[in-house]
Amino acid sequence: MDRVEVDSRIRALIEPFNKKGADIAEDTTFAGDLEFDSLTVMDFVAAIEDEFDIIISMNQQAEIETYGELVDAVCELTEG
Amino acid sequence: MSQGVNQADRPLVRDDAEGGRDLFSKFDEIIRTRETLLASGVEDPFGLVMEKVLSPTRAICNGRDTILLGTYNYMGMTFDPDVIAAGKQALDEFGSGTTGSRVLNGTYAGHKAVEDALREFYAMDHAMVFSTGYQANLGIISTIAGKGDYIVLDIDSHASIWDGCKMGDAEVVPFKHNDIDAMEKRLRRIPEGAGKLVVLEGVYSMLGDVAPLAEMVAIAKKHGAMVLVDEAHSMGFIGEHGRGVAEAQGVIDQVDFVIGTFSKSVGTVGGFCVSNHPKFEIMRLVCRPYVFTASLPPSVVATAATSIRKLMHGSNKRAHLWENSKRLHAGLRELGFKLGTDEPQSAIVAVIMPDLERGAAMWEALLREGLYVNLARPPATPAGMTLLRCSLCAEHSSEEVGTILGMFERAGKAVGII
Repeated sequence: MDRVEVDSRIRALIEPFNKKGADIAEDTTFAGDLEFDSLTVMDFVAAIEDEFDIIISMNQQAEIETYGELVDAVCELTEG
Repeated sequence: MSQGVNQADRPLVRDDAEGGRDLFSKFDEIIRTRETLLASGVEDPFGLVMEKVLSPTRAICNGRDTILLGTYNYMGMTFDPDVIAAGKQALDEFGSGTTGSRVLNGTYAGHKAVEDALREFYAMDHAMVFSTGYQANLGIISTIAGKGDYIVLDIDSHASIWDGCKMGDAEVVPFKHNDIDAMEKRLRRIPEGAGKLVVLEGVYSMLGDVAPLAEMVAIAKKHGAMVLVDEAHSMGFIGEHGRGVAEAQGVIDQVDFVIGTFSKSVGTVGGFCVSNHPKFEIMRLVCRPYVFTASLPPSVVATAATSIRKLMHGSNKRAHLWENSKRLHAGLRELGFKLGTDEPQSAIVAVIMPDLERGAAMWEALLREGLYVNLARPPATPAGMTLLRCSLCAEHSSEEVGTILGMFERAGKAVGII
């Protein structure tokens, strides 16, 4: 799966969680710009995991601060 | 506890102290919340002092004779005459403390005796006693699940479980509270060959709900995972022999590790793990929260052993505690309070408050009525809830439960919650 496809699928998933309707750019942060609280993060991560059939452990989540980092991480996890 | 995510809910704004950042600035928000609450004039819900304890169910709190409905003294063992006598005798014969680790000079006859009592109580091959329940989870989880292993756990797990996960450096994969499907999906996706530990609780202490252990344990086993169940809030009370929710649901023989505590039904302090794993005894040498701390005082292990043996024959008390729990649950619901569970599932009945202000006002109104309950707040509670947590005791009389309902009615009306 190429990065463009991963990006568009995540964009579709993020919509119901993006309550403020903020613009999503590569450097958009989940905690700051999107104001995701811990419960939103859990539900959002679960939606991505189900969509791509992957696990994003909390250890990996701790390294992901921006939207771009998330797309990169999902690309990496879906490889092979 | 919903401590499932490492990022804060809001970005922190720090005031830099002169010459460098004040490390305490990260607590500013919680300091402000507390100041605002206390400025409204309520008694400090987290500053209660019990000046005198009269029985498992009554104490003098802030100068008032108070019914205790917020302790974990489920089976009312703290003033049992046999338990007290055992403690006094151990104090006389073994002294006030061991001053040492279990693996050096801190294992006395009493420590072996309480581990024997636990093995009998649970009908398991091995029992290991820690100095607290927190350390039991911390020690066992961090030691058995290390780098490269996977821990799959409920998002509402207790802080001691989360801390154990973090300390062991395993990959941590939480799933939505009590969601069997979500758990299975995560187990299925774990890379082949990785070590897997599923961590569950029998009773979740904030809402008092139980886990669907029968289904979850079966799924964990299907995926080749080891299973650890924390039965802190069910010991002595749930299951035919009081072994917990795993016993009640018929899967205790499939559970690899049961974690428990002496600070609830047993009525003292300490934690433990029981297991049938053939290599379990090596934990005594490799588990750091077991090795690098002083063992429990002789009086504590003597009271625990006596209490555990009495709990083996506690079926009448268990029946009365269930009656109390059902009556309080039904009564509060009839009064119009919103409760954490539709049916009573444990000895915990959680009353959901609309917000912190009214929760604190209700807590104080109850205290003035002469009733102590727990005010619980995030991060201890799930979904940002403010709860008044009631935990019943087998020593609460039926009349007392009636009195308690009257207190809730008056306080609830005064504060405007019902």
